[in-house]
Amino acid sequence: MVDITPNAPKKKTNWMPMILGGLALVMLAAVAWVAVVVLKYLWVETTWFIPALIVVIKSLALLVALLVIIAFFLLADRKIWAAVQLRRGPNVVGPFGLLQSFADLLKFVLKEPVIPATSDKVLFLLAPLLTCILALAAWAVVPVAEGWAIADINVGVLYVFAISSLGVYGVIIGGWASNSKYPFLGALRSAAQMVSYEVSIGFVIITVLMVVGSLNLTDIVLAQKNSGIAHMLGVPWFTMLNWFFIPLFPMFVIFFISALAETNRPPFDLPEAESELVAGFMSEYGSTPYLLFMLGEYVAIMTMCALTTILFLGGWTPPLSIPPFTWVPGVVWFVGKVGFVFFMFAMVKAMVPRYRYDQLMRLGWKVFLPLSLAAVVIVAGVLQLTGWYR
Amino acid sequence: MNVITLFFYLFSGVLIASAVMVVSSRNPVHAVLFLILAFVNAAGLFLLMGAEFLAMILIVVYVGAVAVLFLFVVMMLDVDFAELRQGFLQYLPIGAVISAIFFIELALVVGTWQLAPEALALRKAAAAAPVDAMNARALGRVLYTEYVYFFQAAGLILLVAMIGAIVLTLRERHGVRRQDVMRQNARGKADAMSVVTVQPGQGVTVQGVKRKDAAGQEV
Repeated sequence: MVDITPNAPKKKTNWMPMILGGLALVMLAAVAWVAVVVLKYLWVETTWFIPALIVVIKSLALLVALLVIIAFFLLADRKIWAAVQLRRGPNVVGPFGLLQSFADLLKFVLKEPVIPATSDKVLFLLAPLLTCILALAAWAVVPVAEGWAIADINVGVLYVFAISSLGVYGVIIGGWASNSKYPFLGALRSAAQMVSYEVSIGFVIITVLMVVGSLNLTDIVLAQKNSGIAHMLGVPWFTMLNWFFIPLFPMFVIFFISALAETNRPPFDLPEAESELVAGFMSEYGSTPYLLFMLGEYVAIMTMCALTTILFLGGWTPPLSIPPFTWVPGVVWFVGKVGFVFFMFAMVKAMVPRYRYDQLMRLGWKVFLPLSLAAVVIVAGVLQLTGWYR
Repeated sequence: MNVITLFFYLFSGVLIASAVMVVSSRNPVHAVLFLILAFVNAAGLFLLMGAEFLAMILIVVYVGAVAVLFLFVVMMLDVDFAELRQGFLQYLPIGAVISAIFFIELALVVGTWQLAPEALALRKAAAAAPVDAMNARALGRVLYTEYVYFFQAAGLILLVAMIGAIVLTLRERHGVRRQDVMRQNARGKADAMSVVTVQPGQGVTVQGVKRKDAAGQEV
């Protein structure tokens, strides 16, 4: 409290803050000393500390790069959408609106989080956190260039699939914990939709795995670099022909459409269809929890773009294995291809009208499931008869 | 302490705690969520044992699909747990007997191996440890060669269960107009349109539909 009486008596010097401040300084020094001692012990005496530190630094670098790229991809999404509708899109914050995403971030963070009184508060806040963390966790195994994966595990593609199938929990928990009708309906729709389209995604992944003979993401990319149609035709420098989107073109299309449904992107954004359900499972959310949902969604979209790139577009390999294409680092090709797939995602959002729910279910179960199942049998038969499998 | 041991105790501790919460939590949705947490921790334990494929499949199948549907159903049901707990004391003896039987059986299984080491030899010899580190390949080799008939039988049983569930719940409703996408796609210009030249003041007669002119007379 500020004393605003005009003739306030002069206060005695208050020693309390100084003593507390001095104590705090001493404690800070003590903590720093302990930290240095512990760090020195860990650095010198243990074998696992330095590798663990390297993994942490690598993860941080990847996540920061990913989030910055996503900020610009989000802007690109809105710009493309605007361009299709002959609008300008965000163009005020920064040159060409380039800083719009960061302004939005600040706006969301500075808003007051409103938690409905009747909601299940723990789960209400857990849901967006879960969505975001799971979406980011999938990037642990994604190889953005040769050897540039934080964890190059044997079952990489299965890991990404498992993590993306866990993404549905954020949506269901959020919709239920809101304790409100529209969010709950959105959550139910989302649960059914994501479980349905996971089936066809799984079968598409299986066809690719049969051709490659490995679940490792790096192996999948290398298989598209070292063998395939280009090698059969005797033009091994024409790497683009090797990529699986040519021999497995129907699977590529099914995977792309299923990825749209799996990430709740238009035209399958029924869990958050604003004309029917306000904002679906996100209706009760605002401020930072909403930001986490939004971020998780875009990270999941990026994951699906990256998975499409790795499975069908040859990952980090250049389209032609000759200079000057080989001079460009692999990570640039990877980001470029991810950007291309994301551009297709954005164009679909801008051009295709939203599906009705029964049409969505029909497409998933009656069209994609039989098609992808048949493809698994056909690809397996071809590989067995021709002896092309490894 | 070894890092792996640390993780083992972490996973098993959380697993057991969440298993306890499954049976003791008051809200059924919370119970299912704790069940899911238990599944995830079990997957972590699989990973520690080097069964990476099993761990991932556990997450994809149980956590990603089965538990979602389970959660779906529990959220939709209006379970009144206060009412359910009314008969708690009444069912306590039966529950206690069943859990005692389970416990004795488990103790017997482990105890027999401990007491009589030759019992271990009576088991069917386990498949040889895979030479390469690829879990998925090793499992596939065993599953599709040595145990292929059992595998097929398991698949057939699941198929029967699936057909049974569909037969039990399928309800044929009459008088519902369904969308036939094939028919819609097959419908061409010739079926849907006809070009007519309209003379002034004449009006048009569309197939089967009577139109009225300005005076209200049918044309």
